[in-house]
Amino acid sequence: MSTVTIDTDRPSIPLSRLVKVELRKMFDTRSGFWLMMSIAIVALLATIGCILFVPNEDLEFGVFGQAVGFPMVLLLPVIAILSVTSEWSQRTGLITFTLAPHRGQVVAAKAITAVIVGVAGMVVAFAIGGLGNIVGSAINGVDPVWNISFLDFVLIVLANVLGLLVGFMLGVLIRNTPGAIVAYVAYSFLLPTIFGILAAFQDWFKDLQPWIDFGYSQTPLFDGGPSGEEWAQLGTSGLIWLVIPLTVGVWAVLRSEVK
Amino acid sequence: MTGQTVGMITVDRLTKTYGGYKAVDDVSFTCRPGAVTGFLGPNGAGKSTTMRIMAGLTPATAGTALISGVRYQDIPNPGTQIGVLLDASAQHAGRTGREILTISALTMGLPMSRVDEMLELVSLSPRESKRRVKNYSLGMRQRLGIANALLGDPQILILDEPANGLDPAGIHWMRSLLRHYADRGGTVLLSSHLLHEIEVIADEIIVIGNGRIVAQGTKAELLSTAGTFVKAGDASALANALVTAGITASPSGDGGLRTETDPATVGKAAAVAGVALVELRPAEGAGLEEMFLELTASTQREAVTTEGAKA
Repeated sequence: MSTVTIDTDRPSIPLSRLVKVELRKMFDTRSGFWLMMSIAIVALLATIGCILFVPNEDLEFGVFGQAVGFPMVLLLPVIAILSVTSEWSQRTGLITFTLAPHRGQVVAAKAITAVIVGVAGMVVAFAIGGLGNIVGSAINGVDPVWNISFLDFVLIVLANVLGLLVGFMLGVLIRNTPGAIVAYVAYSFLLPTIFGILAAFQDWFKDLQPWIDFGYSQTPLFDGGPSGEEWAQLGTSGLIWLVIPLTVGVWAVLRSEVK
Repeated sequence: MTGQTVGMITVDRLTKTYGGYKAVDDVSFTCRPGAVTGFLGPNGAGKSTTMRIMAGLTPATAGTALISGVRYQDIPNPGTQIGVLLDASAQHAGRTGREILTISALTMGLPMSRVDEMLELVSLSPRESKRRVKNYSLGMRQRLGIANALLGDPQILILDEPANGLDPAGIHWMRSLLRHYADRGGTVLLSSHLLHEIEVIADEIIVIGNGRIVAQGTKAELLSTAGTFVKAGDASALANALVTAGITASPSGDGGLRTETDPATVGKAAAVAGVALVELRPAEGAGLEEMFLELTASTQREAVTTEGAKA
């Protein structure tokens, strides 16, 4: 070390490396590890519950799919929220954003990681559900019924990834773990109720609802797939309730103080 | 990058306001390569805010903090060029010490052997490194934080209160570590609210209080202003001798006198008057401490009596 210089031509940190790091950070604490494991554990419990309590003649893959899919609606967004908010609540951001000062890149890496985990989680959950379908049918001595097509599965995964991204968006926007989780619960349970009431009593809103109610516009994803117009409705409502607030959140993260 | 700023940390008219409160107020200073610069000030003086701005974590309201003429955000893979420790306690309590270093090494694209090297350098045993950080003492967290800062083998170090929580042996170790860094030509900036720490480690000292720089210079410069402590068996004879020589002095505890003049002149004056001295020395530590207390008195949370420092 003869003279101290700053080398501005050195290669910067590639996004793929940050994704690898973020993926590792999801598993390397006890709480993180068990949160990940809970995807499989909850799916297993739901599957066993189906075999035990669902009438034998109704046992088919669709039932298992619904049972394992339901807890994911809450689990995946919580995973996404924590991946963002822990940087602030655990103050690890002090090191993260010092080593990778381009915060937009870090946020992008976290989003990619969350989606990877979300898709992998859905595959694991449905694999466990599928195993349940085979075991359940064997117990009943009938042939298993596979009434979820691959396309159905892709659409269900898409819906869950959208839910996960909503959690991610709230994490980025609020940057506080309890706050973001409460906001997610309000977002996914309170908002649809308000829209529902509004649509029931106000005629003018009834036609508007599919275009601006993100929850409503997602329902075709569970029902054989959206039509062209329904895709457009998914786009407009997603713009309002996901893309715009996420943009505001990222903008705030770029300007905020990490301390 | 101009020749003047190579390797230097240059803070220029830096200001950070929160609402109406100025946490950092028009602060300018430089840290040069080959020296350890001490950033001294009481709690809440603006040291940490200044250092966070340097590392690009806090946006400045006005002014700039450049490293070798470059904004921190514009430095590619900065961890391999600047080592930063801002708060040793800002760690995920559930991660092991080794895991925290592993994550940083992965981010910087370093070989995993660096993790073991750094753990050894900061004397964290393999056993300790596999414990979760929530079970670490403050001293162990500090060592881990220093290991994290040194991981990318940077030539510039920015360390906020690195000695905090270290035991005396640890402080001694850190002192030689930073000395070694500076002697090899590195640039080191470290902060502390403890005068003694800065005094033993730093070559250059910047004193900050209430968000403003109140003094800066080399340690020698700051000490030389402290003058002389002199004491004789016959205190009144000594006082007369100094008055005769035209040296103004003031009583300074233990029956001695303090003067702004250098020891050689004071000794000569006493010799001329035939006064036998008991003590004659630069009033260094006490002088700097006095300066520190006085300069930062208005920002101290406790009421400070400078009498204690003078005594």
